[in-house]
Amino acid sequence: MTGLLDISDVEVEYRSRGRGRVLAVAGVSLDVASGQIVGLVGESGCGKSSLARAAVGLTPPSAGVVRFAGQPVTPLGWRRRPDTEIGLQMVFQNPYASLNPRRTIGAQLLDGVPAALNAAARRDRVRELLDRVGMPATAAERYPHQFSGGQRQRLAIARALAPQPRMIIADEPVTALDASSQAQVVNLLVGLVRDLDMGMLFISHDLALVHEIADVTAVMYLGRIVESAPTRELWRNPRHPYTRALIDAVPRIGPTPRLPATLAGEVPDPANAPTGCRFRPRCPHAFAPCGDQPPTLDLGGRSAACWLNDPTMATATVPAN
Amino acid sequence: MAPLLDVDSLAVTLPGPRGPLPILHDVSLSVDEGELVGIAGESGCGKSITAQTLLGLLPAGARTSGTARFAGTDLLGLDNRGWQRIRGAGIAMVFQDPTAALHPMLTIGRQLTEHMRVQLRMDRRSATRRAVELLDQVRIPDPERALRAYPHQFSGGMRQRAAIAIALAARPRLLIADEPTTALDVTVQAGILTLLDRLRAETGLAVAFITHDLGVLSALTTRGYVFYAGRVVETGPTGSLLTAPTHPYTAALLGARPHGTQAVGTLRPIPGSPPAPGEAPPGCPFQPRCRYAEPTCGAAPPPLAPVGADRSVACVVRPHLEVAAR
Repeated sequence: MTGLLDISDVEVEYRSRGRGRVLAVAGVSLDVASGQIVGLVGESGCGKSSLARAAVGLTPPSAGVVRFAGQPVTPLGWRRRPDTEIGLQMVFQNPYASLNPRRTIGAQLLDGVPAALNAAARRDRVRELLDRVGMPATAAERYPHQFSGGQRQRLAIARALAPQPRMIIADEPVTALDASSQAQVVNLLVGLVRDLDMGMLFISHDLALVHEIADVTAVMYLGRIVESAPTRELWRNPRHPYTRALIDAVPRIGPTPRLPATLAGEVPDPANAPTGCRFRPRCPHAFAPCGDQPPTLDLGGRSAACWLNDPTMATATVPAN
Repeated sequence: MAPLLDVDSLAVTLPGPRGPLPILHDVSLSVDEGELVGIAGESGCGKSITAQTLLGLLPAGARTSGTARFAGTDLLGLDNRGWQRIRGAGIAMVFQDPTAALHPMLTIGRQLTEHMRVQLRMDRRSATRRAVELLDQVRIPDPERALRAYPHQFSGGMRQRAAIAIALAARPRLLIADEPTTALDVTVQAGILTLLDRLRAETGLAVAFITHDLGVLSALTTRGYVFYAGRVVETGPTGSLLTAPTHPYTAALLGARPHGTQAVGTLRPIPGSPPAPGEAPPGCPFQPRCRYAEPTCGAAPPPLAPVGADRSVACVVRPHLEVAAR
């Protein structure tokens, strides 16, 4: 099955004088279907945002292809975007930077409303959009600085919804928000996906949050997806040691203080990625075969890139909690 | 034995465009020697202003009342010279953003030893020796090399470790950590929490840990305070506070967070948003957002009153609160 958004073998490469060639995304394949929420988690610097930017066409991939509704996504340039790609919209992390401070909310929302409609119908659409994100119609006459962070993020979501997208890519949409507005914005996004049968790629470093909302979770480490599975299965029975480490590092509420488990070492510089399995230097289970890059193994409805899952290699499996 | 830090009925007002704005009301809290205490709440609830009060960093024109005693010293009566003796050597602070807290153009070594040379009057050689010890203590690999490094050469987690080392340079007895792990990844956060707990165990350091993440509060601290709109609304041992809250706001915060354990799709947002300073309703500040509010809640802000062993809550309704295991 190919999804609505089909990312296949995408690489994103940056060149800089100091560090040479940096492969931020080193061959990633990922599908998102209509009505589906795919969560993408990983530590900062793992390439999540680079992948998101490549997926919407903000950064041209150096290899591989992104297809949206069957058509390859063209990297953004000075030309007008093809009509089909307008159905692919993005919500960014910082709602302070994604709205123009000098234009009213209404004017900014109108930018996204299809021009084919007449003026009255377009204004109605703005009202509908504000209503959808739980804001009053009077918000249209106001400016971004008159709203709180959570409200601004809802307005940024309204802007993304204006052209009636079929797919939303949300890059850390609630990271900048407080606990109570976080829940409001997350519930709004999930509700929209369910009501409008959109697809959503939800990128976050907050594993607990992704666990809460995503149908499928993909875990990224140093430019590669190391594990991908239906969210509950991934959480219950991770098949990659990195996924296990991320889950164990989430602080839990309990009757007595219990420190979360720590993972040794730091994320390596992608310019000098380790050979073989990229997680090897930090992995508590590293063994001889890890000197070779592990293939992504199909494990029946889920996949993981770890030699421990290969029965011909493994003498041990990822230990349970 | 008197607590190391003892704040009683602290109130702070800041100058606003239309007269003084009340920021903190009647805040009482204490931290014992070697204790890990948590302070939780949303942004704008007064957590950071409390920290600034305890370091004498309030903006000009701020007015305080009540008392704040640290190891016998009345902090609110200190002059500049007095504050200089407390800051660093008595109370030190770690901020949320280590990139902003470190000087980008000075080496880590220079920033670490500056404090020791001025505050502890150490000579260059012994200051450098202690700097290496400190970097080792916060688990920065290859400390001698790290001394010559600049902040941009470190990752976020390393920078926060370096900021902690700098805070510890003049041997403070209390460390105030204001959201020190909010900008970090969970794996890095786990390392910082473990580090703070180890420092407490090894050196008897007391830590006041400010966070909005109740999971972090539970994982690290033994006693906690929940702030709302500049007031302490609930306090007690962290374990019982978070597994059996008695204030509707504490329960609402718990409901709004992803649990990371069992159920999926159950984030329960708190309707509305916290009141801005000066715009709190006359009664209980949480009343407009509270699903258990009754007419009596509008009368006056409820005082913090004891409930059971070691716990207090500022709520007159005290509803039965259902809290799912999280």
